[in-house]
Amino acid sequence: MNPAQPFSAAMSQIGPDCDVVVTSRVRLARNISGFPFLPRASNPVRQEILRVVRRAVDRCPRQVGANEGSEGGGGLRWIDLPSANSRDRILLSERHLVSRQFANAEGPRALALSTDEQSSVMVNEEDHLRIQSLCAGSRLPDAFESAFKLEHSLAETMSFSFHPRWGYLTACPTNVGSGIRMSAMLHLPGIVIMKQVDQVKRAARDLHVAVRGYYGEGSESIGDFFQFSNQNTLGSPEKQLLEEFHSVVLPRLIGYERDARVAAVARHHTRIMDIVHHALGNLISRYHQKADDATKDLSRVRFGVVMGLLPIDLSLVQRLLLQVQPAHLSIIDPRALEGDLMEREVRASLLRQAFAPPETEKG
Amino acid sequence: MKCDQCEKAAIVHETVIKGPSATEVHLCAEHAIAAGYPLPIDQPIADIMPKLAEIAKVEGTKLKERTQSCVACGLTFTAFRKTGMLGCPACYEAFMPMLEQIISRAQGGATHHLGQSPDGGVEAERIQILRAKLMRDLDAAISAEQYERAAKLRDELKALDSPDPAKTPG
Repeated sequence: MNPAQPFSAAMSQIGPDCDVVVTSRVRLARNISGFPFLPRASNPVRQEILRVVRRAVDRCPRQVGANEGSEGGGGLRWIDLPSANSRDRILLSERHLVSRQFANAEGPRALALSTDEQSSVMVNEEDHLRIQSLCAGSRLPDAFESAFKLEHSLAETMSFSFHPRWGYLTACPTNVGSGIRMSAMLHLPGIVIMKQVDQVKRAARDLHVAVRGYYGEGSESIGDFFQFSNQNTLGSPEKQLLEEFHSVVLPRLIGYERDARVAAVARHHTRIMDIVHHALGNLISRYHQKADDATKDLSRVRFGVVMGLLPIDLSLVQRLLLQVQPAHLSIIDPRALEGDLMEREVRASLLRQAFAPPETEKG
Repeated sequence: MKCDQCEKAAIVHETVIKGPSATEVHLCAEHAIAAGYPLPIDQPIADIMPKLAEIAKVEGTKLKERTQSCVACGLTFTAFRKTGMLGCPACYEAFMPMLEQIISRAQGGATHHLGQSPDGGVEAERIQILRAKLMRDLDAAISAEQYERAAKLRDELKALDSPDPAKTPG
């Protein structure tokens, strides 16, 4: 993670089908042979796991951490979480590179992160290793390829717990098999406006897909952003699971949202215009903004942008969605660390400057 | 008269007096045993024995599950049920019968890994082909009522799923 380059993260970029799909992620759960799973691992054992993984990470070829077409190059940097400051840990969770629980947990744990921030390995999370690749837009096949490239490279130096019947063994038995979790963060304002969230959740359940909030498991949806991920990890080859999720599940979910958007604009045009312009008005005129409120307003502006109702660059909105989060905001202006009130002022100022013409900005 | 707790005929009838109030209890054989009442002697013993055996079996299974633990890490099945997290790879063997149900339920009925393996898939593919053949042979043996052969095939299938390669046939 490089705070000086805060916008390399997939969260702040745009990619294929970016009107609906914000990011795609592939995550592989692996445990090292010969060690107990994390719930039964003492701190000395966890330290030993870190040592083994670090040695494997250091031996990975430099190109392993790079995604196809990424500019940042590869190589993995080691971030020791207990010795990182709290802002940097929060920064990682705001970029969706680690879970909030992992950022705030105790005990020996680390993140190995590629320079372009697309490939990473969480060490000592629920499993010894969570190898992941995160891409902007709908790019699950790219994420799949780079996650397995990294996994194969790590497997050169360490051996993973494997059972001929159950496959890769995981601390939670429901992740067993391929240990693969594919997910996509989708922006679903159309479905929310048309009050179809429950229908979509039911459809997702029928497709064996789990629906989660903005920050993954246990979190709420903020700004109409939802995470969808496969539930089945056993009984199908990995490529088949990818094919089903990328070519069947995602197009269906994207289709639901696009249909809902068309219906929403056709039936409630003035209401949509009001929602979108009211949100933009908030961003231009407010002098105090809470993070969640800013995310909600940016989500509505994002909706206006992708529907062609607002002449704003989508990449600006995507970048701001990341920048309004507390840790990112404090990089732009350290005064954001001086209490809630100042943080809200700094956020509102950032948003006014981003959306209002320079001459209208006073003080 | 019906049992207070189910639709079966009550065979135990008792009036319980507590202070100024009296309540009537009517229970079938099964619920009477569960509540600790002695059964009336005119109840045929042949009727009671299967029920007692059933209760003992269920309670025995529950007790076995509660006390079963992994020899490698010491995790008990009860402790696993509380957190949903296993302690080590050997837990998969220790709790196999219970885990089979849990995993199959969570995985839409899937019971075997069909994806990549650390050796690049060659060994896994060989095992999959062999497993499919053994399962076909097992079905055929059962259909032909060749129970000895079926038992042998079951053993071979079990050995195939063993984590120890030395036990893997073929």
